Amino acid sequence: MNEPWMMLVVSCAVVLIGLMGVIFRQSLLVVLMSVELMLNAVNLSFVTFSKMHNSLDGQIAVLFVMTVAAAESAVGLGLVIALFRTLKTADSDQIQMLRD
Amino acid sequence: MIDWSFLAFIVFATIAIIGSLMVILQKTPVSSAFSLVLVFFSFAGLYAILGAHFIAALQILVYTGAIMVLFVFVIMLLGQDEKTSDLKESSFLFKGVTTLGALGLLSVLLLATLDAHEITAKGEYTEEKIKLMGGNLQAISEVLFKDYVFHFELVSFLILGSIVATVALAKRKNTYSGEYHE
Repeated sequence: MNEPWMMLVVSCAVVLIGLMGVIFRQSLLVVLMSVELMLNAVNLSFVTFSKMHNSLDGQIAVLFVMTVAAAESAVGLGLVIALFRTLKTADSDQIQMLRD
Repeated sequence: MIDWSFLAFIVFATIAIIGSLMVILQKTPVSSAFSLVLVFFSFAGLYAILGAHFIAALQILVYTGAIMVLFVFVIMLLGQDEKTSDLKESSFLFKGVTTLGALGLLSVLLLATLDAHEITAKGEYTEEKIKLMGGNLQAISEVLFKDYVFHFELVSFLILGSIVATVALAKRKNTYSGEYHE
C-alpha cells in the first residue's frame, strides 16, 4: 500500500461528511456522533502522514486525540442529559433561551 | 499476485464512507449509532493496513468499546428512539451554499494532499527499524515514555477533570442541600 493519497481522500471525505452532519442535523446526539466522525478522519490522516514521514509522532498524536475525544464525548453527553432534563428535548433548534 | 492490502483498503474505505453517510442520513439515533460502529471498525482496518497495529487495537477498544456504549446508554436514557430528529428546516439557498462550500473545501483539501507525496524530511522509524525494535507497540511505547511523558501525565489530568465535570453535569439538581431552586 504505497499510495498515501488514497487514504487522504478517504479522510477528507469523512471529515466533510461529519461537517455536513454537524451543520444539518437537529438531534444533538447525531451532532456529537458527527464530531466523532471528524476526529476519526483526522486520526486517519495523522497515521497516514506518520507512515509517510517514517516517524511515530503522528501515532502518538492519535493516542492523545483519542483520549481527548473520549473526554469530550463524556462531557458532551453529560451536557445533553442535563439539557434534556431541563428542556425535555435534545434538538439544537429548541435551545433558544438566550433569544427570549 | 493480487495486492491484498489494496483490496482490503478498497473494502474498508467503501464501508467507511458509506457508513459515515448512513450516520448522518439515518432517521433514528440508534441506527446512526450502529452505522458509527461500522465506521469505527473499518477505520481500525485502515490503521492496520497502514501498519499502526496498536492504534487499530486501541480504536476498537476505546471507540467501539467505550464511546459507543456511552452513546447507546444516553440514547436509552433519553428515550430518543422515535423518528423525531429530522433534518434541519433550512432554506434551499442555505443548503445550496453549504453544499457548494463543502465541495470547495473538499477540492482544496484534495489539491493540498495530492502532491503530499513529495516529502523530503524523513524520520528515523522506517519499517525495518520498527521490526528490529520488536514491533509497533514497542516502538510507540519507547517514543511515548521518552519524548512525550509530560504530555501523557497532562492527559491524565484532563481525564480526571472530565470525570468530575461529567458527574457534576449529570447529577440531579434536587439532591443539593444548597439554595439552588429551579
